Amino acid sequence: MGLTLIARASPLAAPSEQLRILGQGNTVPPFEEKIAEAGLAPLCATGISVLQVNVGKLCNQTCAHCHVDAGPDRREQMSRETAELCLRALEKGGIPTLDITGGAPELNPQFRWLVERARALGHHVIDRCNLTVLLVTPQADLPEFLARHEVEIVASLPYYRAAQTDAQRGAGVFERSLAALRKLNALGYGHPDSGLTLNLVYNPVGAFLAPRQEAIEAQFRRELDRRWGIVFNRLYTITNMPISRFLDYLLASGNYQGYMERLASAFNPAAAAGVMCRYTLSVGWDGTLYDCDFNQMLDLPTGLGAPHHIRDFDPARLAERRIVTRNHCYGCTAGGGSSCAGSIS
Amino acid sequence: MDTYYRPADLQKFAEIGRANEELWNKFQAYYSAVFAEGALTEREKALIALAVAHAVQCPYCIDAYTQSCLEKGSNVEEMTEAVHVACAIRGGASLVHGVQMRNVAEKLSM
Repeated sequence: MGLTLIARASPLAAPSEQLRILGQGNTVPPFEEKIAEAGLAPLCATGISVLQVNVGKLCNQTCAHCHVDAGPDRREQMSRETAELCLRALEKGGIPTLDITGGAPELNPQFRWLVERARALGHHVIDRCNLTVLLVTPQADLPEFLARHEVEIVASLPYYRAAQTDAQRGAGVFERSLAALRKLNALGYGHPDSGLTLNLVYNPVGAFLAPRQEAIEAQFRRELDRRWGIVFNRLYTITNMPISRFLDYLLASGNYQGYMERLASAFNPAAAAGVMCRYTLSVGWDGTLYDCDFNQMLDLPTGLGAPHHIRDFDPARLAERRIVTRNHCYGCTAGGGSSCAGSIS
Repeated sequence: MDTYYRPADLQKFAEIGRANEELWNKFQAYYSAVFAEGALTEREKALIALAVAHAVQCPYCIDAYTQSCLEKGSNVEEMTEAVHVACAIRGGASLVHGVQMRNVAEKLSM
């Protein structure tokens, strides 16, 4: 298993260093310019239909592309008090969906409490799951728990073969992911009429863009069924963001310049108009508010007069807030676009 | 010029259109139509293009279609098999001319 940037004492562990690299003027045009050319400046939110809560950076894996720099050595975890504030915000804002992410969010001691409370209040709940966490001994009954509460699972699986998956996520991850998928399928997850939704996430295993979502979804459906009899509902393609450990990979492999040029040259105004920050509010483990999980990892909180903490949640001011952008935002606007719900256009 | 092929030159491909925009535009339109999803998928077309790139030994095309194949969801095992198809056809094309050699030799020999 690899090490986190923090464990390696890498300068890139500091968001300020990542922003310095992303801001170097000779790489690509500033993202703000592209947004202006597309007639979208200033980029503003259009509402809040998803509250994405990052409950902490602890993870049982150390994936090579992780934008959180999550890993077993991370200790940041959301408290019960902050989780309670998130629930209040869901109610106050009339936000239909709670999207729980991490790290491996299931490792947070508040995870089950948060799921139970949100479901009891009638919210749709999404668990962004790395699959292997479902096999960790204290979590062995998690699949049943998630099924009982009809939690939508969005699970990472970058490819339908071991070599590519393990190259990104660690040795042996593919086999354990298959074991977790079999458990989920056995409970009804991924079957069309079960009411239990299992969506997969494809991330490119390298410095290239994702395929067209419908095409790679059909390929995954065919190959996972043919090889292992595994079924799922939808497959989301998500572009790798040039931040944190993926930025480290880009720099170390000599791909940074080419990747940024690829993202910028594939800028798609239609995708830019539909980026997820326009309808999502992101909450950090300590309650700080961000436009998205990527801004969260770059220490870029909500800006320009909007509340900065979940305790100050004000739906009216946050629903039309101006979005904070930097050059990593090209990752969400390239090609078909990228969001936590897959491609955009 | 220190080498005939420079990776950065691939980005200059469109400059060909400066001397004859009409033909360039027609080529571009045709090229885009060829690679659009049709009876073959975009992924299959990219694999064919990768094989042809190796057959014609175009470093620009190899660069572009290696990336394209990855971005269409192919893996290196599939791409390697595509290159072997190109290799087999190229090798077979040489070998089958051995029949011509044999015909000539037969005519000239006692």
